[in-house]
Order: sequence, then C-alpha cells, then structure tokens
Amino acid sequence: MAVILEAKNVSIRYVIGNYKDIGFKDYVIQKLRGEYKLQEFWAVKNVSFQISDGDFLGIIGKNGAGKSTLLKAVSGIIRPTRGSLSAKKSVTALLELGVGFDGDMTVRENIFLRGAILGYTRAFMNAAYDGIIEFSELQEFVDRPLKQLSSGMKGRLAFSIACLVKPEILILDEVLAAGDASFRKKSEAKMTEILNSGVSTIFVSHSLGSIKKLCNKVLWMHKGEQMAFGETEEICNMYTQFIEDGN
Amino acid sequence: MIITQKLKDNGIISQVRSRFEAYNFLFVELVKRDFNKKYKRTVLGIVWSLLNPLLHLLILMLVFSQFFERDMPHFLIHVFAGIKVYQYFNEATNAGMSSLMGNAGIISKIKAPKYLFLLSKNVSSFITFMLTMGIFFIFVALEGIPFSPRFFLLIYPVITLTLLNIGVGLILSALFVFFKDIQYLYAIFLRLVFFTSAIFWPVESLSPLMQQLFLLNPIFAHIHYFRLVVVHGLTPSLNVHLILVLYPIVALLLGMLIYKKYNSRFIYHM
Repeated sequence: MAVILEAKNVSIRYVIGNYKDIGFKDYVIQKLRGEYKLQEFWAVKNVSFQISDGDFLGIIGKNGAGKSTLLKAVSGIIRPTRGSLSAKKSVTALLELGVGFDGDMTVRENIFLRGAILGYTRAFMNAAYDGIIEFSELQEFVDRPLKQLSSGMKGRLAFSIACLVKPEILILDEVLAAGDASFRKKSEAKMTEILNSGVSTIFVSHSLGSIKKLCNKVLWMHKGEQMAFGETEEICNMYTQFIEDGN
Repeated sequence: MIITQKLKDNGIISQVRSRFEAYNFLFVELVKRDFNKKYKRTVLGIVWSLLNPLLHLLILMLVFSQFFERDMPHFLIHVFAGIKVYQYFNEATNAGMSSLMGNAGIISKIKAPKYLFLLSKNVSSFITFMLTMGIFFIFVALEGIPFSPRFFLLIYPVITLTLLNIGVGLILSALFVFFKDIQYLYAIFLRLVFFTSAIFWPVESLSPLMQQLFLLNPIFAHIHYFRLVVVHGLTPSLNVHLILVLYPIVALLLGMLIYKKYNSRFIYHM
C-alpha cells in the first residue's frame, strides 16, 4: 500500500530555562553581562516511521517521552528542528477538545468558531449544525453564553463538534469521550465508528488494551528517543517487559 | 470537507487563493468573536467606545481652549482630528500587541497563519474608528464647515494609517511573545507620541523647520493631513502623500521580516 505519511529522522528541540519570564530589560542586562544562556532540550530525537493507507499507528511511552510533541509536529503546529515530515493527505488533529471555546459567546457562536478552528468549511458547518445540537442534547441552551453551561455539557458540546471529522489522516491524543455515563457510552460508540471507518490514524494512549485492540503498528518512545517501531504484538510485549524491569 | 493542508503548489496566485479560502471562515469567525467581546454585544458597549474619544475631546477642550482658541480657526475640529487619529493608533496597536498571546491556547493547538489573529483585532478597531469618523463629520457640519468633495481625499490617510497599525501590530505582537514588559515600554512610547502629535496646540506656532521635524512622527503626519483637508480646506502636497505611505511600508516590511524569521519559534514561548 502507498505510504501516505512519512517521518524521517525527526528531531524537535525545545529551548528551556528562565527565558520565558524575563522581560526586555532583563534580557538586555543579561546579554550585556554575558549571563544570558539558553538550555536546549531535545523533546524528540531521530524518530522515523511511515504509515500507509488504512494504517492505525499507536504511540506508546511514559510521560515526557515526547509523544505529544511528535503529534504537534505531525499536525503541522510546530516545525521539526531537524528531519522531515511529509504527508500526502490532509491531517486533522483532535488534540484537545475544548480549544478555542469562549465563555462569553453563545453556544451557537462557539460551534461555528470551533468548527472554523478545526478547519471545517462554513457550508459544512451550516449543514452539520442541527446534528451537533441534537447529538450534544443542548437544544435548550443554544443562545446561552457558554460560561453558563456545566463542564459536562461543555465536554458534550466539544465532543459533538469534533466527532464530525471526516479526516484523511486523523490524530488523536487518547480516545475521546465525554460527559456522564449515558453520553460516554454514546460518544464511545461514535468514536469507534470513526476509528472503524478505515481512516489512517495516529493515536497516543497509555492504555495498552486500546492499543492492542485498535492498532496494527506501534511506535514506542522513551525520553524522546525511538525505542522501536513495528508490529503491535511484538512491541507491546517489549514495552511491558521494559516496564516490568523497573524502568 | 477538511481543507487544512490542501495547499498544493500550483502557482502563486492559486496558492494565495486557496489559502484565502481555507482560512476565510476562520477569519470571519474570529472577527465576530473579537467584535462581540469588545462590545459585550450591547448597544451601550458601542456607545461607550464612541464616548471615549468624545470625553477625551471634552477634557482637552475644557483645559486648552483658554489658551489657544482665540488664535485658531475651528479649534474643536483641530483637536478632534488629532484625538481620533491618535486613539485609533493607540487602540489598534495595543490590541494587536496582545493578539498572539491572547490566542495562545488556539495557536498552540491548531495550524493556522498567525497573522489572522492580528488582522481580526485590527478589523474591530477599524470599525470603531469608522464610527468615530461619522461623529467627526457631524461635528464638522455643526462647526459650519461646508462639505467639500475634497473630503474624499481622507480615504488615503485612513488606508495608510490602517496599514501602519497592522505593521506596528506585527512588530509588537512578535516582541510581546518574547518580552512581556514590552507593554510598559510601549505605554511610555505612546505617551511620547501623544505629546509630539500636537493634538491640542497649533504646530503653526513653531518655526518652519520644527514643523517639518514633526512630520517624523507618523501619527502627527496623519493628523496633519486630516487638518489640512478639513480645517484648512487645502489639498496636501505630493510630499505629504509620500511621507504618509512611507511609514506603513517600513512597518509592514519590518513586521513581516520578524514574522518570517520567528514564526516557528513563537510557539515555544506560549
């Protein structure tokens, strides 16, 4: 099958240190004294992988392994410091559900703003609007400011907008679900429907159960480095062994 | 349906067009959000932002009309022209400065051109400015200045001033990502601009050389244009036109250069 996304030796460097908190005055003073130093931190080092049409790639690894940073690079939010990423199809990332929501705006306005942020077209949102309201069960709240909704309701709304995606390559940070028990069931069913539609997906999870269930390829990262990339069964076993060995 | 990243390279023009189409919806929604937030969706919200320059005007009139009014024709219009140009610059550049950091939550999670967030703020400020322009012309009529077709020349400084605001906004928004104290420095800088813009006193009282030097202040140059046309009924010279267009070009070029160089680094500071 044709390769649709390829990462070649991707490395991503963050700059760390107290540079975030210093102002212009401190910057000038530190520069003059020669005290201004930046520390580099490679969040992702030399990672390479490929996915083909219909592939389901799982990314595993402990906290701080660089998984989310890698996803941000794949979605085009940050540029790799070294190496290359090429996608032959459009990439849609659902990294966080509530991004771009604004408490002062009404539910209706938030739906359109959020849709625009996710890269949907206006025509698509006009057509999808009623479905979103229905799925999120927020019919009575459309003209209320978002801040008057409970956090569960906000979660339902966010999920209902996100699950409309008809992506070519989908990027997910954990399986998404929201709301109370009954809505959680409904949203999980919806998510499964999307995942089973055969769309190429990159998926970060701490649950080896879902990884084994969903993925046909796995990338294992540890402290930014690529430990292994290959078949699910094999790599999950290696990872389990690695964890049991006390790492 | 998903349109992100479908920017294949088939010629610059179609590239620009598909880029525009891809982000048109997002841009319109951002403008709506910024505008609604600014006015809290109330008529009173809009009234307040129009009252702001009027109250400012009132104070300056109360204080300074004692000193200057007798020697100057249409002192009210003279001051009003100064205030509204200065306030447009003040408001648009301050809103522009915080446009990237204010949207950090969105910028760090999706892929979209960052200047959209700046432009959207500028649209809000522009709308306020145009509303103030309406009031300005009511005052002009009340002062008994007859309407002249020459007033259409004012479209020119409105355009150059708007471009200048965008250019300065580009520079400030980028600096603000790296240095948070730039807002205090800029507040002081604006004070300097205010007092060198000859808002409430006549620049004609200075020597010709000093008058030329004042044109180095881009805000004064724009105010000067407004006053020439409305108060003095003159058509500004070609030189004045050139000076007015020079400032936005410099600011925009510098701003775009900074964005091009630091665009991919912004995210590490958000």
